[in-house]
Amino acid sequence: MALLDVSNLGISFGGLRAVDNFEIHIEQGQLYGLIGPNGAGKTTVFNMLTGVYKPDDGKIELDGKNITGKKTIEINQAGVARTFQNIRLFKELSVLDNVKVGLHNHHPYSTLEGIFRLPNYFKVEKEMDERALELLKVFDLDKEADFLASNLPYGKQRKLEIARALATQPKLLLLDEPAAGMNPNETKELMDTIRFVRDQFHMTILLIEHDMKLVSGICEELTVLNFGQILASGQTSQVLNDPQVIKAYLGE
Amino acid sequence: MKKLNLSKNAKHDLVTYGIVVVAYLVMEILMKAGLVSSLLKGLLVPLCIYAIMAVSLNLTVGILGELSLGHAGFMCVGAFASAFFSMCMKESAMPGGLRFLLALIIGALAAGIFGILIGIPVLRLRGDYLAIVTLAFGEIIKNLVNVLYIGRDVDGFHFSMKDSLSLNLGEGGKVIVNGAQGITGTPNDSNFTIGIILLLITLVIILNFIHSRTGRAVMAIRDNRIAAESVGINITKYKLMAFAISAALAGIAGVLYAHNLATLTALPKNFGYNMSIMILVYVVLGGIGSTRGSMIAAVILTLLPELLRGLNDYRMLIYSIVLIAMMLFNWSPKAREFREKYSWKRIMKNGKKEEV
Amino acid sequence: MSSFLSYLITGISLGSVYAIIALGYTMVYGIAKMLNFAHGDVIMVGSYIAFLAVGAMGLPPILAVILAVVVCTTLGITIEKIAYKPLRTASPLAVLITAIGVSYFLQNMALLIFGANTKMFTSLISIDAINIGDGTVVVTGETLVTILACIFIMVCLTLFINKTKAGQAMLAVSEDKGAAELMGINVNGTISLTFAIGSALAAIAGVLLCSAYPTLTPYTGSMPGIKAFVAAVFGGIGSIPGAFIGGILLGVIENMSKAYISSQLSDAIVFSVLIIVLLVKPTGILGKKIHEKV
Repeated sequence: MALLDVSNLGISFGGLRAVDNFEIHIEQGQLYGLIGPNGAGKTTVFNMLTGVYKPDDGKIELDGKNITGKKTIEINQAGVARTFQNIRLFKELSVLDNVKVGLHNHHPYSTLEGIFRLPNYFKVEKEMDERALELLKVFDLDKEADFLASNLPYGKQRKLEIARALATQPKLLLLDEPAAGMNPNETKELMDTIRFVRDQFHMTILLIEHDMKLVSGICEELTVLNFGQILASGQTSQVLNDPQVIKAYLGE
Repeated sequence: MKKLNLSKNAKHDLVTYGIVVVAYLVMEILMKAGLVSSLLKGLLVPLCIYAIMAVSLNLTVGILGELSLGHAGFMCVGAFASAFFSMCMKESAMPGGLRFLLALIIGALAAGIFGILIGIPVLRLRGDYLAIVTLAFGEIIKNLVNVLYIGRDVDGFHFSMKDSLSLNLGEGGKVIVNGAQGITGTPNDSNFTIGIILLLITLVIILNFIHSRTGRAVMAIRDNRIAAESVGINITKYKLMAFAISAALAGIAGVLYAHNLATLTALPKNFGYNMSIMILVYVVLGGIGSTRGSMIAAVILTLLPELLRGLNDYRMLIYSIVLIAMMLFNWSPKAREFREKYSWKRIMKNGKKEEV
Repeated sequence: MSSFLSYLITGISLGSVYAIIALGYTMVYGIAKMLNFAHGDVIMVGSYIAFLAVGAMGLPPILAVILAVVVCTTLGITIEKIAYKPLRTASPLAVLITAIGVSYFLQNMALLIFGANTKMFTSLISIDAINIGDGTVVVTGETLVTILACIFIMVCLTLFINKTKAGQAMLAVSEDKGAAELMGINVNGTISLTFAIGSALAAIAGVLLCSAYPTLTPYTGSMPGIKAFVAAVFGGIGSIPGAFIGGILLGVIENMSKAYISSQLSDAIVFSVLIIVLLVKPTGILGKKIHEKV
């Protein structure tokens, strides 16, 4: 059984069918790509998978559990974490605190314990600091732990978003254009990081990307969306050589 | 780039507490030496009240990132609930200290409960709505208190919304809450020392809250609601919690207020919309998000007009101009360019933001 | 029964004033996505101008109204240019605080210039009262003119928005600022125009309000302004017919509670309506749902 099973997913905005009959099956540990021209509905798919939008039809199953139409926080707690196309960090918090917010649900203590600084506060905060620093180290951000998130350079902000998502201990990680705005060197480094995350955390990753080098370099399978519908799906090399896909990308 | 580190937070908080303690000691010494005018003496408790109001509103505006224009309404709830309690207990055998402690708890709880009641419908909505609904709430409370009559006789409590006669009090009955005349004869349980202690407690609660897991969640919601949701933060719960704590602390300020005056009435001047705006001015001038700044701004802005009586006519005008100028300076693209050029200003601004 | 009818009519009249003010809130909110807190105080400025024009300058009422409209329009455009325009990209909190600052600035300027004393505003409307049903229900000239003015303004505004290029530009800007700019629409000009129209309406509302309730102080505009905002939220913020319906309903509710429940509690009742509306239907009667882009 696949980790993520999506069938017949669809949503309309007003009269526009933004995504129709979308289907995807991702195995545990896979690195899967979702590509397509601008406006094809890729981010809309992400938003349905994470509960930002409620799908009109279809079914989303994570690890055999139905998460269709659930709220964002329930879906996160079920094991889906994401990053955003337009980076959404907690700008006025430190880099460390950004990750600690991600750890929120896994290292609990009560508000009263926090206000009165009871022993549990110190114990759990220490655990969180250690865990957060570990995660930051993976992304080579540990030296910037005390910086304000908004003061990080662009590439590092993208990495911090991934670190924060991983802090929620997901089963499935959704990356929305992780390489957008990066130079070729940064992109190459990001590819290594994504592979590392998959291997180190045994993570399953679904990513949206325009950078074909990144897609062909790390994705094992691809699904191509065009005008809200699936154009092609399968092994990366096969899909990228599909004449229909080439046509959609390059035009007639 | 600006550095933040953990022990620095703790140090920063300690300095804030230190400022309060030193200010208290200096005032006490000056008073012992007979160097304090009676005018200033009369201002000491109000200073504590406004400082508590300012730091508690900062929790809503600076940390939660929502604009509340009804903060004085929560103060009003705390004031009347606690004054009512103290009046009922005045003739009982209860010692004054215990009575005031209970009054504090009752005032804070009552204001906190109102915070939750108002917060539940409104915190789900966009920010502008919160501003207008809290304003509406403040006005509703003020109106209701002004038509509320409560009396007590041997049969127990009597309520009315009409006048004191329709309470139908029996022999020896007493009117406790007398409509627009409010509550008269609340025991004078508060003084400067108690005010300072309450201010310190408020600061400890707020600063510890901010630097806890819950406070982080609240600030994450402020910075980016959608991202906070995506990492599993329960938006409504944490917004409500911050808002209720802020309201409860305003309630404490209300208790202090009620037990510092012989007569407690709800007027536009003390519990109306203008007072809420006044407190907001403190928060904005202190640097939104800065607890210490809110406190200092409250003290300075309460003292200044008293010391410079001649400026009184222009006071509100100056505040309004400062309010606009602060916002333009912080946000307009031109002012931002200017600050980029003169980077020391940028450092100052970042430094301020970090002072949570 | 006849007293009920006259309460209803004065309620509709009060509601008409709210509706005219609410239009200003709703249009500005629709286009600039901001709550213009100072709108209520523009009403106060308009009333003072009309008061001075008639009292000190001896102008005929119609010229006084025109003068008030001109001054308020200029004021509205100036406020927008100086205080709000630099904050287009700022956080909503900053814009709201600025608007509160502007509101206080206007109040306190008026306080310095005109003093805190209440001015007795002489009605600018000299139409005789009408008797309905054997003189049991009396409709004053002020009431009649207010209601008619509101209907007239509503019709004109609807025509303006639907039939003129500038009106269509307003709709486009309120839908999507960026897209409107790409289509060659002058976004800044359109926003200025919106503020101009809103402020002109505020001047008219001020004159009508003070003709019916003839006490004028620097704080005259703030309460009606806040209530008109409640009306705009009630009807669905951003919607012009919504402002009309919300205004009328709120005026009637306020007047009825004054008459039948308690005059001290009428404000509390009006504000409770706001809280209930937001609980039951946060978008108001005719409001649209706004999707946030992720």
